[in-house]
Amino acid sequence: MPQAPVDTSKVPPLTEQTRAEAREIIARYPRSRSALLPMLHLVQSVQGYVSPDGIRLCSEELGLTKAEVGAVATFYTMYRRRPAGTYHVGVCTNTLCAVLGGDAIFASLKEHLGLGHNETSDDGTISLEHLECNAACDYAPVVMVNWEFYDDQTPQSARDLVDALHAGNPPAPTRGPSRLATFKEVSRVLAGFNDGLGQEGPAAGPATLVGLEIAKQRGDTAPPYPASASPTQTPEEP
Amino acid sequence: MVFTPVLSAHWDEPDSFTIDGYTRHCGYEALTKALAMQPDDLISLVKDSGLRGRGGAGFPTGMKWGFIPQGPEGQGAKSHYLVVNADESEPGTCKDVPFMMANPHALVEGVAIASYAIRANHAFIYVRGEVVHVIRRLQEAVQQAYAAGHLGKNIHGSGYDLEVLVHAGAGAYICGEETALLDSLEGYRGQPRLRPPFPATHGLYASPTVVNNVESIASVPSIVLGGAEWFASMGTEKSKGYTLYSLSGHVTKPGQYEAPLGITLRQLLELSGGMREGRTLKFWTPGGSSTPLLTADHLDVPLDYEAVSAVGSMLGTKALQCFDDTTCVVRAVLRWTEFYAHESCGKCTPCREGTYWMVQILERLEAGDATEADIDTLLDTCDNIFGRSFCALGDGATSPIVSGVQLFRDEFTQHLTSGGCPFDPAASTVFAGVSSAGVTA
Ligand SMILES: Cc1cc2nc3c(=O)[nH]c(=O)nc-3n(C[C@H](O)[C@H](O)[C@H](O)COP(=O)(O)O)c2cc1C
Ligand code: SF4
Ligand code: FES
Repeated sequence: MPQAPVDTSKVPPLTEQTRAEAREIIARYPRSRSALLPMLHLVQSVQGYVSPDGIRLCSEELGLTKAEVGAVATFYTMYRRRPAGTYHVGVCTNTLCAVLGGDAIFASLKEHLGLGHNETSDDGTISLEHLECNAACDYAPVVMVNWEFYDDQTPQSARDLVDALHAGNPPAPTRGPSRLATFKEVSRVLAGFNDGLGQEGPAAGPATLVGLEIAKQRGDTAPPYPASASPTQTPEEP
Repeated sequence: MVFTPVLSAHWDEPDSFTIDGYTRHCGYEALTKALAMQPDDLISLVKDSGLRGRGGAGFPTGMKWGFIPQGPEGQGAKSHYLVVNADESEPGTCKDVPFMMANPHALVEGVAIASYAIRANHAFIYVRGEVVHVIRRLQEAVQQAYAAGHLGKNIHGSGYDLEVLVHAGAGAYICGEETALLDSLEGYRGQPRLRPPFPATHGLYASPTVVNNVESIASVPSIVLGGAEWFASMGTEKSKGYTLYSLSGHVTKPGQYEAPLGITLRQLLELSGGMREGRTLKFWTPGGSSTPLLTADHLDVPLDYEAVSAVGSMLGTKALQCFDDTTCVVRAVLRWTEFYAHESCGKCTPCREGTYWMVQILERLEAGDATEADIDTLLDTCDNIFGRSFCALGDGATSPIVSGVQLFRDEFTQHLTSGGCPFDPAASTVFAGVSSAGVTA
């Protein structure tokens, strides 16, 4: 179903600050063009998608044509052609998650939200898509919101999650900071502007630790470092 | 000792990801030791340890470092680069992401040592964009390491300088392929490059570049501290050391298990509670979806590079995705094939067109809307893709299909004779029979 054109009156403009930050990104790289991917994340952090204005800004700052920038922006799935919701919900439907319940979760959310793949709710709160494997298969089925982990989901828990997003009181991610950031806030981190939230949240989720726990129960350890190999310090305690 | 936690040894400490948590356990001591060595001696040390790349192909890491041209002439005179491949997107693979979440400093320390060894003053960590908390942890670990003098100018007073940048990708499996990754890092569409020339001589910005997986690089500090013999005391004859195995699927305890190379799936399952109750193992991948499927007949295959190859598959990323007898193999194969079709970068015809057509055929097969001849067409198509594609994504796309048909041809045929899929997808879910899971449809 073709969606209506983007209502640009609702999209915040790119400002001189955006341009200054784009230059800050460029300065981090040995060659300017390497800054393009983070710059596109920066554009999304202001506008929620890669707009024609965003493409123009990148092309001006990097001395590229708009076609060159557009060709890159359309190659990568994280760059959106329409504004993402405040909360961008992704359901992993690669084989392992799909079989373990991701297909049922995605079907349930589509119906519950009345949205299809890559669609955004009219009030701009939620956008939905299905994802490929998100490197969390030991927590399957996995749902991501704004690229934060919501592990071990069921259709019910996923519906509760999106209801809470609609109500404006999102639960904290399973393995992430204590507050869920918005799509735009997260995009700034991807652009390379750290938000300091990395110190929050657990070091590891339960599945990450199962092997270590079993090793400890069994009394299994790696062999200690030989004393001769390492004059500067003592071997690790077993 | 069945398990040998080294990388994962302290993940259960709540601050394992902080610089304090890391330095409490000898963190950055390997860097001090390494900076007191000659770079070439470090390369020899890593060669002697037998460390092989953990990103899938198992290429010897020290040898790769040794290919970097050194000296004041030709390519050697150009800037050298280290690029860490943290794109982790191969279906089933889920080791680097939890690792970087729990202990980003081990990677940062490995980056500093590896960069010093290959004489690079610039390193990049290219991390997939879809894992923002991991990206935060990496960014903050790098900041902390700069502040503590482990990165930046004159590291540990050695005169050696290194700049490290965390670079977020933007969603594209193909950017895990090392030359596509380099194009992506240069700000282009991520499409593989023709080789030769190889990245070792013409990598990032056409300069000498090492691309290594996260786990490969993070293993280096322990080799520096423990020595080559210590590392090689674990593992098998040609597959040395410890590694992370990622167990997922219909198992009692999915998760990360660190053990010497050569452990078997039977051992891992026995010690972790096995398949979920009342079910049996039907098929599994040893190292992600690009590695041919195995069955319960292969439970005793040592999970090292040689033994898994010997049974016609590949160790890959050690992503052990286990599916039980409720799972339809046709459905699994179709979904993986959809993945490859979606992720094909479009550069070469066999992969771009072939994956598209294989999805069409598999969809009809799953719906029972095909003929026996379609199964052969499918295999023919694989034949035309395998070895004829520009990069290994195309080859990988054929793995689930060829192995799936080989092992379960009857099940493919059954879809044709029974007019569709004989399996109940609800039975395969982790919430089968759980009423609070709220399954509606
Ligand atoms: C389609 C494709 C995807 C890949 N994805 C990854 C990946 O996500 N991470 C990784 O380390 N290697 C990946 N590789 C392998 C890399 O090309 C390369 O071999 C590896 O990064 C080298 O590091 P290593 O020697 O330390 O294993 C991929 C290869 C292909 C063909
Ligand atoms: S095999 Fe596929 S992914 Fe690789 S270059 Fe060809 S089209 Fe691109
Ligand atoms: S298959 Fe869903 S996270 Fe890997």
